[in-house]
Amino acid sequence: MCRLSAITASEYTSVMEAIMALDTMKEGHDGSGLGVTLHDLGGEFEQLKEYPILSGICNPVGRKKIDDYMEARGFKVKFMWEPRITEVPGSSVVKRGQYLATAYQYPDNYMDKSEAEKGTLLTQTRLELRRLGEVDGSLYVFSFWPDVLTLKEVGDPLEVGEFFGFDKEPLLARTTLAQGRQNTNYAIYLYACHPFFLEGYCTMTNGENTAFVPNRDYLLSRGVAGYNGYNSDSEVFCHIMHFMHKQLKYPIQYYKDVITPLKDSEIAQRPEKDALLLMKRSLRQLCIDGPNCVIGFMPDGTVYMTQDSKKLRPGIVGGGPGKYALMSEECGVDQVIPNRNKENDIIPMRNDFITIAPGAQEVQVWNQLEG
Amino acid sequence: MESAGRLDHNGELSLLEFPYIIRWREDRCTRCGKCTAVCPTKAIEPSAMVQRIIQSDGATPLPDTIRRVSHIIRQVCDIDRHCVGCGTCSLVCPNMAIVPEYNPNHKFLFHKNRGGVPYKRGGRRNDPATSTIDKLKFTRISMLTDPALDAGRHEFHIRTLMGRIPPAESLQMRTEGNRLYLAEDGFIPPVREIFPIRIGGMSIGALSPPMWEGMAMGVAYLNEVENIPVVMCSGEGGLPPRLLKSRYLKYFIPQIASGYFGWDEIIHALPDMIEDPAAIEIKYGQGAKPGDGGLLMAYKVLKLIAKIRGVPMYVDLASPPTHQTKYSIEEAVAKMIQSVSMAWGFRVPVYPKISGTKTALAVLNNLARNPYAAALTIDGEDGATGAAFNVSMDKMGHPIASNLRDCYLELVKQGKQNELPLFAAGGVGKDGHLAANAAALIMLGASGVDIGRYILQAAAGCFGDEKNRCNLCNLGKCPRGITTQDPRLYKRLNADHVAERVVDVFKSAEVELKKIFAPLGRSTQLPIGMSDALAVTDQAIADRLKISYVC
Repeated sequence: MCRLSAITASEYTSVMEAIMALDTMKEGHDGSGLGVTLHDLGGEFEQLKEYPILSGICNPVGRKKIDDYMEARGFKVKFMWEPRITEVPGSSVVKRGQYLATAYQYPDNYMDKSEAEKGTLLTQTRLELRRLGEVDGSLYVFSFWPDVLTLKEVGDPLEVGEFFGFDKEPLLARTTLAQGRQNTNYAIYLYACHPFFLEGYCTMTNGENTAFVPNRDYLLSRGVAGYNGYNSDSEVFCHIMHFMHKQLKYPIQYYKDVITPLKDSEIAQRPEKDALLLMKRSLRQLCIDGPNCVIGFMPDGTVYMTQDSKKLRPGIVGGGPGKYALMSEECGVDQVIPNRNKENDIIPMRNDFITIAPGAQEVQVWNQLEG
Repeated sequence: MESAGRLDHNGELSLLEFPYIIRWREDRCTRCGKCTAVCPTKAIEPSAMVQRIIQSDGATPLPDTIRRVSHIIRQVCDIDRHCVGCGTCSLVCPNMAIVPEYNPNHKFLFHKNRGGVPYKRGGRRNDPATSTIDKLKFTRISMLTDPALDAGRHEFHIRTLMGRIPPAESLQMRTEGNRLYLAEDGFIPPVREIFPIRIGGMSIGALSPPMWEGMAMGVAYLNEVENIPVVMCSGEGGLPPRLLKSRYLKYFIPQIASGYFGWDEIIHALPDMIEDPAAIEIKYGQGAKPGDGGLLMAYKVLKLIAKIRGVPMYVDLASPPTHQTKYSIEEAVAKMIQSVSMAWGFRVPVYPKISGTKTALAVLNNLARNPYAAALTIDGEDGATGAAFNVSMDKMGHPIASNLRDCYLELVKQGKQNELPLFAAGGVGKDGHLAANAAALIMLGASGVDIGRYILQAAAGCFGDEKNRCNLCNLGKCPRGITTQDPRLYKRLNADHVAERVVDVFKSAEVELKKIFAPLGRSTQLPIGMSDALAVTDQAIADRLKISYVC
């Protein structure tokens, strides 16, 4: 089972903190990969928040494809960042190519366009680059969005972190999602590695999604650009949030009502019962049966955690105003925030949906039954 | 002296031409006459036979030949009185002296057209081979990485939706604070939450009063006591007037078909209805006999049936093959659905039922564009019927599995797989695997399934099978009293017992569905379209249905 490690804080924290937490949960993953997605970046990216960052991996052929394509679309390179690769003898990590995080300036004709139009351009660009790379495996793109950076590589999470040189030159962000991968029923493939990102929405999940095929088929048939891939059964969790929050414009907590709907008799107790019942029926194919723990962030930086409602893949939230850790296991929280009041730790139950607003001042527990 | 022609009996049929041969044991028979009395086709009769016996009575052997007249049971070699293998003779025999045996080398169909009349019968396609849906296995078993659910302890929601489900994108919602509310206006189509196995359309007329009443009682009990919301379709022929005006109507789906039998009474009962029906089914076709309308033969049209259907007694009631007032699908389906919907103030789901066909996709696409179409039922070639030509049953129609799968995948392509529920029928439970067949069809994309013959077999002991056993439903001579209007026959059937068995069937099917869904890790919603759970050991079927091949 994969292990999940997320940190949200009012100050910038190093990605290495989340990776160290994963290391404490090492019994729960086999080191088949590490994926990190950071939001609200610090350090060199702090002054570049409005510029979309293209995250990915490429070889020289892929590099040229990216440069040619981006130039043809009118994107201009604003800032190029690469992790300082440290190859340690005996390490499980093998350098795959060039690890990219390049901030671009929008094409001139997009400067005055709306955020929605810019977002569409970014998604189209990412999908086209992905398509170009899938032909020959010359490049992978994980995200292309302002103030978001993603890195993924196969290997033990701690070794991958050291490989990227995070222990020497920390990458800073206010929100960090990191997943230590336990490879199960899929071949190790970078597009199957969490976290998954689409237009500001990002999730990582553990467990297996038994409702994957109906979920996937429903999303694929929505006609929304970006609902593709699905190399992992967990990618649907990201797109479900995107669909219900961005496309349908439902408030965030309804995510819980979509993936784990209440019984009709329980819905009848909620003030918005008429809407909920119709929603449950219309989104029937997005319901899951777990076992899953989902941790994600929203475009505004809100971080959330929730579980399936039967098998209850565990999760824990601990910390205090200014910094919270959302982890699969308590030892991960202990690693990141050892001196917290443990009595305030929250272990979400079957009907709970946890949110932490940007700034990480408090944890909100929304209970589905109480609405 | 007889002529040579009569001595060789040429021109007559030998017993070996017949599908069932009676095995009668003289040593056990008490000559009570019960078997000949109950035989529905009069295939056996009492007869006399001269026996040559060699006996010796003295202290020393002194063989003597005597001839004795003995009473026997003889099977007649008349094609119009052929033994159908029902086995009613065995059922009543006190000494196990008689049993029909299937004759695999029979030549029945070569001869069963005397007078130029093709063979007609009831039942389903005579093909005892394992059907495609019975070949499907459930292979995606949750193991360790995603623990299976507990069929006995976890809560399962084995329910489906019958009715048009608006796409989420079209729901008119408004946000107030952090809550979603339904906008005031806008038509919300009626939707029923039901058990995913329905009792398909079998008319009161095709079925005897105790059979129909027994099923109806069972359905009411399942809903009101067992909390299993099973619904039952009336078939073409209306509903008993008292039922129309009762609170139980909500468990029934009146069917409107091309003969409109019973609809005068239904429409006239509208002002007195205290409940809406579960749905209305418009029958455009039937899997067992595509291109044929319903057929109730004259000897089943007795007083009650004549009253419910609004027709004279003892006339053949043959519905036309199609709805005669309509000429095109765009107009026909849309107008019928809307006018029937309007009769109940758009509070009742109205859906068509068609026979499985290569043109199902055209119908589907038409319905997908019609926002009032509540569902589509597709009845595959293995569906049964009370009366049809043998050629229609055996050779006409389309298997349900690929027909349903094509339709579901087409809906997926259009993004409407959750909008227009598909119900699959025809051969569900043919080999007794009711829950497994239902689950397989659900995972291929059905929202639910219909059963017909299965429930007759399970609840009333229908003798029929796919080796043409019995299948006398069309003649009104059903030896079980299931498909007859003859009081002497249907008195054999106890409606209460039928109701009990109906309850048994659905309770056990619910448990079995849980036993299928639990290891697949699904419980909250029906796993509609969860095709990754399915596999088959036949590569061609796997390719056609887009599921895994395993060996």
